[in-house]
Amino acid sequence: MKLFLSGDEAIARGAYEYGATFAAAYPGTPSTEVVENLIPYKEIYAEWSTNEKVALEVGLGASLAGARVIVAMKHVGVNVAADPLFTAAYTGVNGGLILVSADDPSMHSSQNEQDNRNVAPFAKIPMLEPSDSQEAKDLVGVGFKISEEMDTPVLMRITTRIAHGKGLVECGQRQEVPLREYKKQSAKYCMVPAFARPRREAVEERTARLKEFSETFPYNRIEWGPKDVGIITSGISYQYAKEVFGASVSYLKLTLTWPLPEKLIREFASQVKKVYVIEELDPYLETQIKALGIDVIGKDVIPNMFELSAEILRERILGEEPAKDNALDVAIPPRPPVLCAGCPHRPVFYTLKKMKVPVMGDIGCYGLGVMPPLEAVDTTVCMGASIGMAHGFQKANAWVGQDKKAVGVLGDSTFFHSGMTGLADMVFNKGAGVVVVLDNRTTAMTGHQPHPGTGITAKGEVSEPIQIEDVARSMGITDVAVVDSYDLAAVENAIRHALDFNGPSVVICKRACALLKGLPKMPPLTIDQDKCTKCHTCLRTGCPALVHHPDKSVTIDPNACTGCTVCAQVCRFDAIGKVGGEVRG
Amino acid sequence: MANKVTNVLLVGVGGQGTILAARILSGVLQEAGYDVKMSEVHGMSQRGGSVVTFVRYGEKVYSPLVEKGTADLILSFEKLEALRWLPYLKPEGTMVVNDLALLPAPVLLGKAEYPYNALDVLREKAKKLITLDAAKIAEEKVGNIRTQNVVLLGALANNMDIPTETWEKVVRESVPPKTVDVNLKAFAAGRQYQ
Ligand SMILES: Cc1ncc(C[n+]2csc(CCOP(=O)(O)OP(=O)(O)O)c2C)c(N)n1
Repeated sequence: MKLFLSGDEAIARGAYEYGATFAAAYPGTPSTEVVENLIPYKEIYAEWSTNEKVALEVGLGASLAGARVIVAMKHVGVNVAADPLFTAAYTGVNGGLILVSADDPSMHSSQNEQDNRNVAPFAKIPMLEPSDSQEAKDLVGVGFKISEEMDTPVLMRITTRIAHGKGLVECGQRQEVPLREYKKQSAKYCMVPAFARPRREAVEERTARLKEFSETFPYNRIEWGPKDVGIITSGISYQYAKEVFGASVSYLKLTLTWPLPEKLIREFASQVKKVYVIEELDPYLETQIKALGIDVIGKDVIPNMFELSAEILRERILGEEPAKDNALDVAIPPRPPVLCAGCPHRPVFYTLKKMKVPVMGDIGCYGLGVMPPLEAVDTTVCMGASIGMAHGFQKANAWVGQDKKAVGVLGDSTFFHSGMTGLADMVFNKGAGVVVVLDNRTTAMTGHQPHPGTGITAKGEVSEPIQIEDVARSMGITDVAVVDSYDLAAVENAIRHALDFNGPSVVICKRACALLKGLPKMPPLTIDQDKCTKCHTCLRTGCPALVHHPDKSVTIDPNACTGCTVCAQVCRFDAIGKVGGEVRG
Repeated sequence: MANKVTNVLLVGVGGQGTILAARILSGVLQEAGYDVKMSEVHGMSQRGGSVVTFVRYGEKVYSPLVEKGTADLILSFEKLEALRWLPYLKPEGTMVVNDLALLPAPVLLGKAEYPYNALDVLREKAKKLITLDAAKIAEEKVGNIRTQNVVLLGALANNMDIPTETWEKVVRESVPPKTVDVNLKAFAAGRQYQ
C-alpha cells in the first residue's frame, strides 16, 4: 500500500510499523507533525512534554523501561535537550531511542539557522539523514536496530523540505515489539565520575564499531555513472544534485553521516576525476572529508547559509544564468503574516506600545507584535528569555541607582516550557521585573497543542490544569493580577500598577486564542461612517478585519471580525459598535 | 524516453484552503500512476501570509521544489499572489487565477497600494490566462460558497491530461460524504472555464 506522506508523517508511520510504543515531544516547526501523527495510534503512548529537555528525559526513561521510543523537536529544541542528550550518549539505551531533529534552513519559522548535523560528532551518537519520505519511514526501523544493537540514542536529522515535503511511501504492517526487560545497571546508568569514565571509553569503542558498520551500511551507497565528476551528498541535497546532474555524474549518497565511512569515501574519491561535496548549511561533510586528505570542492562555490536549491547548483556549478524575473511595471506589496483578527495578544501589545516601556519579548505568535503598527517588542531571543532578560535589565539599572524596568512578555505554553525557572530566579535574587503572561489557553503558533495549563493531554485525557497565578503566588510573588486581554483599561491598569510595584509582579492576560474551536461567537462590529472622523486610531491596532479604503475611510470586514471590541475601545468618537446596537463591554 | 516532470504551483493566502486543493491534486496524480512530490511550508505563514505549494509529477521526481521559470501551471487563489509568483511560470505556461482581491496588511494600513489591475498585467505576461470568480460560481451556480476550492480545481483540471473519472473519484474520497454531490457539481462548474 502506497501512502502520500510528508517526512514527518513517514517517521510517525515508521514508528508505528517498527513497534514503537512511546513518543514524547515539545512542538516546534517543522517537527510538530511527527508526534501529532502518532497521537491517533492506540498502540502508542504519546505526550506533549513541557519542553524538549523533559521530552528527552521522559523518552530515555521509557527506553530504559524497554520501549521503542521516538522523541521529536525542532533544531533549537535540541539545544534545550542537549544536557540529557550528551550523557544519554554514555548511558546508552534499552529499547531503541530515536531523537528526531528537524532543522529549518532559511528560517521559515525559526529564530536562527543551525546545522544540527554537528550535534552527532559533538555528542558522539550515530546520525541518519533521510533524503525523502520513503527513507524517513524505513530509517526508523533501521534506527531502532542500530540503537538497540549499538546501545546508543540515534539522531535522525531532517530539514524543512524533508519534514514538510510529501512523497509516495510503501507502507506495511505493524510489528509488535514487546518491552525489553529492565535490569538495574548502576555502572551503566549512573553517570557519577567513577562510572562515567569507563562509559566514556565504551563510547569510543562503540564509535569504532559504528565506523565499521558505516562502511557496509547499504544506505551509504555509490551510484556509478560517468567518472569525470563525483558528487558526495546527503539528505535533501541529494535530490537537488540528482535534479541537476541526473545520470551525467557519479554519486556517493551518504545516509549514516556520523560516523562517516572513510574507506568508502576514499574508494569513491579515488575513482572520479573531480569531487564536489553538495550540502546545505555548514561544510559538515566537507571538513571531515578534507581531513582525510581528499581534495574536494564544496563551500568555495556552494553557500553556507540558507536553503540550497537546484537553481543554486545550476548557477554555481554549471554556470547557468538564473531565470530572469518577469519585469513588472507594478509594485507588489508584501504579505507578511499578521496577528489574526480577534487575537487576544493585540490589546496587550497596543497597551505596551502606548506605555513606551522596554519589552523583552519571547517566542510564539506574539513575536508578530514586533511588526508595524504594534511594534511593541524590543527583543526576541529564545523560549523563556523574556523573564531573565527583563530581570537583568531591571537589575543592571537598579545597581547604578536607576529606576528603570522592563516588561517581560511571554505566552502560556512558553511559561511552562522555560518561564518558571526564570521567574524563580527573579524572586530569589530580589528582582522587580514585570512579567506579562499572554495566556491564550493553548500553544497557538505551532497549531494549538495543549500544555500543562489547559487540563487536557495529547491523548485527549482530562488532567489537572496548572494555574499560572497559583505558580506565581507559590513562588512568593504577591503582586499577581489576572485580567481579560480584551479589556484594554484593565490591562493598562494592571501593567501600570505592576511597574509601580516595588518587587516582582506577574500580570496574566487571559483570553482564548480566537482560532480555537468551540468558542462562543460574538457579533461582528461596524463603523458608523457619520461619527467616524477618519482619525485612524483604530488602524493602530493592526487588526486585519479593518479595511482602509483609498478615500481614507475605514470599514470592518464582517467575515473577518470576531467582535472582540478592541477597535471600539480605542475609538474616541464612539463610532464603532455592533450592527444595530451598542458595543458589548 | 526522457523523464518529463510537470511542475504545478498552488498559491494563495494562509487560511484560504490551498491545502485541501493540494491534497486532491496529489491524490489524483497518484491515482493516475505518477511519481509525485509536494512541498509546502507550514508555521508562520499560516497567519495570513503568502503561501505556496509546489507539486511535481512525472515518471520519477527528485527535487520537491519548483525552480523559477519552470512552472507549467500556476493556480492562484488570489490576484496579488498570482503576480507575486508569476516569475515561476514558464514562458509557455498557463495561469489560472481566482478573480479575488485579499488586501495584505500594508494595504489595509494604507502603507501600500493593491494592484487592482493585476489581471491586465497578467494577461500581458502569461501566454495563457484563465480567470474566474470562484466565490460567485460557488454561490450562484453550485449553491455552496464553501466549494470555491473545488471550483478552482475544476478550472485547473482542464489544463491537465488526466481523465475526469480520476478527478471525480478522488474528489469523492477527499470530501466529507455529505458534500460529495455538491463538490462534484463545483468541479464540473469549474471545468466550464477554459
Ligand atoms: C526551544 C524551542 N522549542 C520550540 C519552539 C517552537 N515554538 C515557537 S513558539 C512556540 C509556542 C508558543 O506558545 P505560547 O507561548 O503559548 O504562545 P502562542 O503561540 O500561543 O501565542 C513554539 C512551540 C521554539 N522556537 N524553541
